[in-house]
Amino acid sequence: MTFFTKAAVIGLIIATAGCTNPDRFGAGGDGAAANANANATFTTPTGANDPHSPLFFNQTIGDRVLFAVDTASLTGQGKTILDGQAKWLLDNADYRVIIEGHADEQGTREYNIGLGFRRATAVREYLVSKGVPADRMRVTSYGKERPIQVCSNESCYAQNRRAVTVISIASLS
Amino acid sequence: MLKRILMAVLAICLAGPVLAQSGPLRLTITDGVIEPLPFAVPSFQAENAEAAQVAADITRLVAADLSGTGLFREIPASAFISAHASFTQTVAFPDWRAINAQALITGAVTVAGNQLVVKFRLYDVFSGTEMGSGLQFAGTVDGWRRMGHKVADAAYSRITGEGGYFDSRVVFVSESGPKNERQKRLAIMDYDGANVQFLTDSSALVLAPRFSPTGDRVLYTSLGSGFPRINILDVASVGTRQLTTAEGEMAFSPRFSQDGTQVIYSLANGGNTDIYRGDIASGSSTRLTSAPSIETAPSLSPDGSQIVFESDRSGTQQLYIMSANGGDARRISFGDGRYGTPVWSPRGDLIAFTKQNAGRFHIGVMRTDGSEERLLTASFLDEGPSWSPNGRVIMFMRETQGAGGTSSLYSVDVSGRNLKPVPLNNGASDPSWGPLQP
Repeated sequence: MTFFTKAAVIGLIIATAGCTNPDRFGAGGDGAAANANANATFTTPTGANDPHSPLFFNQTIGDRVLFAVDTASLTGQGKTILDGQAKWLLDNADYRVIIEGHADEQGTREYNIGLGFRRATAVREYLVSKGVPADRMRVTSYGKERPIQVCSNESCYAQNRRAVTVISIASLS
Repeated sequence: MLKRILMAVLAICLAGPVLAQSGPLRLTITDGVIEPLPFAVPSFQAENAEAAQVAADITRLVAADLSGTGLFREIPASAFISAHASFTQTVAFPDWRAINAQALITGAVTVAGNQLVVKFRLYDVFSGTEMGSGLQFAGTVDGWRRMGHKVADAAYSRITGEGGYFDSRVVFVSESGPKNERQKRLAIMDYDGANVQFLTDSSALVLAPRFSPTGDRVLYTSLGSGFPRINILDVASVGTRQLTTAEGEMAFSPRFSQDGTQVIYSLANGGNTDIYRGDIASGSSTRLTSAPSIETAPSLSPDGSQIVFESDRSGTQQLYIMSANGGDARRISFGDGRYGTPVWSPRGDLIAFTKQNAGRFHIGVMRTDGSEERLLTASFLDEGPSWSPNGRVIMFMRETQGAGGTSSLYSVDVSGRNLKPVPLNNGASDPSWGPLQP
């Protein structure tokens, strides 16, 4: 990729970031529906239909995995999503990621920061095991500070116990 | 005599829940059996015309401080037989005995420009004697609340034999906005919710502030960079800097050492969270725990020799105590459920904690060996206890359930009585109660 095309791709990322991520922590989205038409209607190399786009990563592959209460164990479904993430990251080596761990509100604030780290680290270690270079990934934790669902029952808690792989732009060097 | 009566009342407060431990703990939370000590506080004499308003305000504040403890009951002025209009006049004890006032507080206020002088005396009505000698406090008219709190602290202290807590401040997190877009700012207030001032703007998510032992600085965790970092803030200048901790970028849960020169905190590395001790000036640090589990929420004993903290090394969050230099830790919590956020009382004898059990949160206390656990509160989400300077009262956060859930600060007596909200306009969490002001 030349410098100019790389710059153009980055420009697109910046441009799309605003609309794909109005709520940075929200909108995992119905990627599956969009993906069903992807092969048939692939006309434009941008957005969710472009398998090299962060939008495709977020919506079609899935940018997040969910966890059971007070655990950081990856589920079978989670591993499937992470397999897809790993493949995408290996195919698109210009991107880095920050993995954000989150917890639901059923826990104390500081413990949940630790729990979020544990979840983010579980994702990072899995991606490393699939060949993604460790130095392309950073982990952080928001504990219970940034729920995406606000109700106080399991249907919301299940969505909030998550680790989100956030695509960031690689350095141009 | 007065002191003896109230000491008996205080002893009942502490003994009540312990005696009731064989029964359901829930009963002790709402079971109010003590008879508060009746006191009278005739309006403080205004020694000049300029002092009239502030004299009335200070009188009301002294009464509110004492009544707010739940240990005292104010006798309304409408019941008074004597007016006691002059600070220097002889007290007509029979008139106060007749309305069953056991304590009488009198005062006088002078204002000169912005200078304020408050004098007060405390009488044991039934023995007909003055308790201690008259005291005088000088301050500014703007700071009249502090003068009122100081009078109330002196009265409380003389009657109970314990330190007071009214002239103290609390640093906390002021919250606004819905749960999924909550804005958080560090703020400081008087213990009773007055004089709220913001210390940070809402641009960075902040949590769990802790006062320094002298109240001049605040440690807190900021997520402003996207990664948890420890900041230290100077209260007077509101200047903030990021603390150099150990290698790695994810530090949180900071607390000051007793002398204010070191910070005990958690550092996360490779998914594992351990407790460290760092020197604020040099940035050098020492690792205190090395378990492959989450060790956080450290709290030093008042003598600085031990640290109580929480760990999930057993599989769930539990409380442990270790030497302040690290090493072996002994578990002290063994009841049902999970235990977190331990805070050593300033008296050294109790540890306050947050307990989660059967879908409910509680604030509780236990002795340092884990015995005599008693739960003081119960709700959907109670968290983050902080001790009053005299170890008598605990302030904590209560969050309500659901999409519209909001958080507020509450206080409760260490006996479980006198649960009440701190009146604030915004949502609030994570209180840290500072020392008595000089």
